[in-house]
Amino acid sequence: MKISKGLSVLLGAAAAIGLTAAAHAGQITVISWGGAYTNSQVKAYQEPWMKKTGNTIVSADYNGGLAEIKAQVQSGNVTWDVVDVETSEAISGCNDGLFEKIDASKLPKGENGAGPLEDFVPGAITDCAIANIAYANVIGYDSTKFPGDKPTKVADFFDLKKFPGKRGMKKEAKVNLEFALMADGVASADVYKVLATKEGVDRAFKKLETIKSSVVWWEAGAQPPQLLASGEVTMTTAYNGRLFTPAVKENKPFVIIWDGQQQVFDNWAIVKGTKNKDLALDFVAFSTSTKPLADQATYIPYGPARKSSAPFVGKFEDGKTDMAPHMPTNPDNMKNAIVQDVKFWADHYDELNERFVAWIGK
Amino acid sequence: MSLAIDRGALTVRLAKAERRGKIRAFLLVAPLLAFVLLSFVIPIANLVTQAFYGDLVSSTMPKTTTELATWNGAMPVPESLCESFVTEFKAAKVKDPALPTRIATLVNREFSGSLSKLRPVANNELSAPYCGALAKLNDEWTKPEIWNAIKIVSPSVSPRFFIQSVDYRLNADGSIRPETEENKIHLALFGRTLYVAAAVTLFCALLGFPIGFLLAHLPARTSNLLMIIVLLPFWTSLLVRTTAWIALLQQNGVINDTLVALGLIADDHRPVMMYNMFATLVAMTHVLLPFMILPLYSVMTGIKPNFVRAARSLGATPFTAFWRVYFPLTIPGLGAGCLLVFILAIGYYITPALVGGQSGQLISNIIAFHMQKTLNWPLASAIGTLLLAGVLLLYWLYNRLVGIEKMKFA
Repeated sequence: MKISKGLSVLLGAAAAIGLTAAAHAGQITVISWGGAYTNSQVKAYQEPWMKKTGNTIVSADYNGGLAEIKAQVQSGNVTWDVVDVETSEAISGCNDGLFEKIDASKLPKGENGAGPLEDFVPGAITDCAIANIAYANVIGYDSTKFPGDKPTKVADFFDLKKFPGKRGMKKEAKVNLEFALMADGVASADVYKVLATKEGVDRAFKKLETIKSSVVWWEAGAQPPQLLASGEVTMTTAYNGRLFTPAVKENKPFVIIWDGQQQVFDNWAIVKGTKNKDLALDFVAFSTSTKPLADQATYIPYGPARKSSAPFVGKFEDGKTDMAPHMPTNPDNMKNAIVQDVKFWADHYDELNERFVAWIGK
Repeated sequence: MSLAIDRGALTVRLAKAERRGKIRAFLLVAPLLAFVLLSFVIPIANLVTQAFYGDLVSSTMPKTTTELATWNGAMPVPESLCESFVTEFKAAKVKDPALPTRIATLVNREFSGSLSKLRPVANNELSAPYCGALAKLNDEWTKPEIWNAIKIVSPSVSPRFFIQSVDYRLNADGSIRPETEENKIHLALFGRTLYVAAAVTLFCALLGFPIGFLLAHLPARTSNLLMIIVLLPFWTSLLVRTTAWIALLQQNGVINDTLVALGLIADDHRPVMMYNMFATLVAMTHVLLPFMILPLYSVMTGIKPNFVRAARSLGATPFTAFWRVYFPLTIPGLGAGCLLVFILAIGYYITPALVGGQSGQLISNIIAFHMQKTLNWPLASAIGTLLLAGVLLLYWLYNRLVGIEKMKFA
């Protein structure tokens, strides 16, 4: 017990420094969808956040779905901290107790001073998740396949006589049923009202049936541009960003039909029971603030979830392509558009998807 | 006398030594045993249990569960039921804010649309009389459907997921109704899965037998080279192999382009070889072929050439010598290969989903769908349990017909 006073003070100080250092240099795991999309998030959100806070991010990809998250939460071994999810999954995951609640009023104010609750576009804030961008489900085609008249509206997708060739569609009820109804003449504002009735669902399936034998079903977002490029299909549904990149970067003859586009949010959710909840929350707050959201649009044409980000959206990374005309939220592209009704899908997802899966299997 | 004592002591020592040996042997296999138990037996048991057991509702709302059990379906529902339902449902929210919606999700699967009717019950102030308060929240509470749905999900032990696995649904009164025509799918997919698995097994056997024969009877140097060619795709990622088939078979793929270039088919009459059953069978046969070749090869190398020679010298034709002498000796390998390929094929879903289009929808895809998309794990477990039972049945049949002890894997 002859440690000198000076030495013990020194030791104590060293321990204190060690502790604070440990508390500051944290690490979180962020899960997203991969490809050009994750790349845009790394550039616009993750690198600036790491630089600002000194923490590190482990970035990994997944293919959607809540199964892995559910397994982690149920086993109490949570290794994912922040996950990029679609709104319907954000809601069903929240319902299932898989995500932490997020108090959106505590998020930073917009660059223009607007409070967070006003600054986010409607539907961007849910109990457990904060939207970062809005993307659109659109119809795209290969313009070299239709030398004469070009398709311009949703109904053209279902017109195999005028625009022959195979069609690519996502193997899911969501989005397809809405497209089918709009092609069948339902006004975009009434789509979910019609879809809520048994007759409406029957009508949508009947419309889908007319092209069923010509459909190639895709599951991952990277598939539609491949299907178009390989000539396997002449027209396909796709996420708008996935068609934009090959069209602009590689000069592929892909054209987007904005008529009937369906906007969906991608959201950050924090996995319930994570040990890094504060850090995760800090990352979510940072990345959904005005500037990072606008920066992301430099890399991919997805619309920022905050209104205050719009003035900051500039040009594509090539330095010459103006991003605004490629944004789903651009007024010219919004003439006939719907925002996916997440409440409707939370109620009917299981039922309609089961019927859809059964319908495909027949 | 002293001899007898010695003998007794010897027996004791022998027994001791034997026991020590047994313990040592057990300790050697203990890590493997623990691994198998932890990573295989327990998860499977857990999933099988989920298929028929779930106490989410009965443990959070015990009074409601007992009252619903005695409720005969008559409307309006008794006030006591409304009261215990409302109080217990609200209490659940206090215990864990996620509980009401978890329960509502279960109810929603029996009666679509219930989710948005149940959640307000937990979120709003309600006072007696509770039946009236519920009716004021939403009209649906005066109708029997939603109560029936709650009744169906309330017991902790329920066969409803197994019933749903075979395209029927459980009613609240315990009777069974067929699934609606547009939602019927499971039986058809069980059938298609068996068909695909059987066809792939047959193709693998037809293709694998000559290859195994060649490998076993060529000089060692050549056969080693060929063996590497057989194994090479085996070491390649499944996804790479599947994607390679897409590149080969698609409309503008390698095969079609070559055929057009050679003038064998017209450019606008390219055969469809992708996103159909043909692609599924080709890709699956290719992926699973090594599992057939390896056991066949190992059995064939063990067959002495003298047997066939003896048959020939006794006057058998080449065919008779092959069919009556050689072929029966390959049965253990052929059987093992068929069993392996069939069981693996039954659980396949990535390859058919990628190359099979609509026909590539197999029962495993439905299991994956419920595991990943709808999070209906009990239903996925029930379908999986039925599949497991089917495989075990086949295994038992095989054992009765061929005999498992004769099997040789590699």
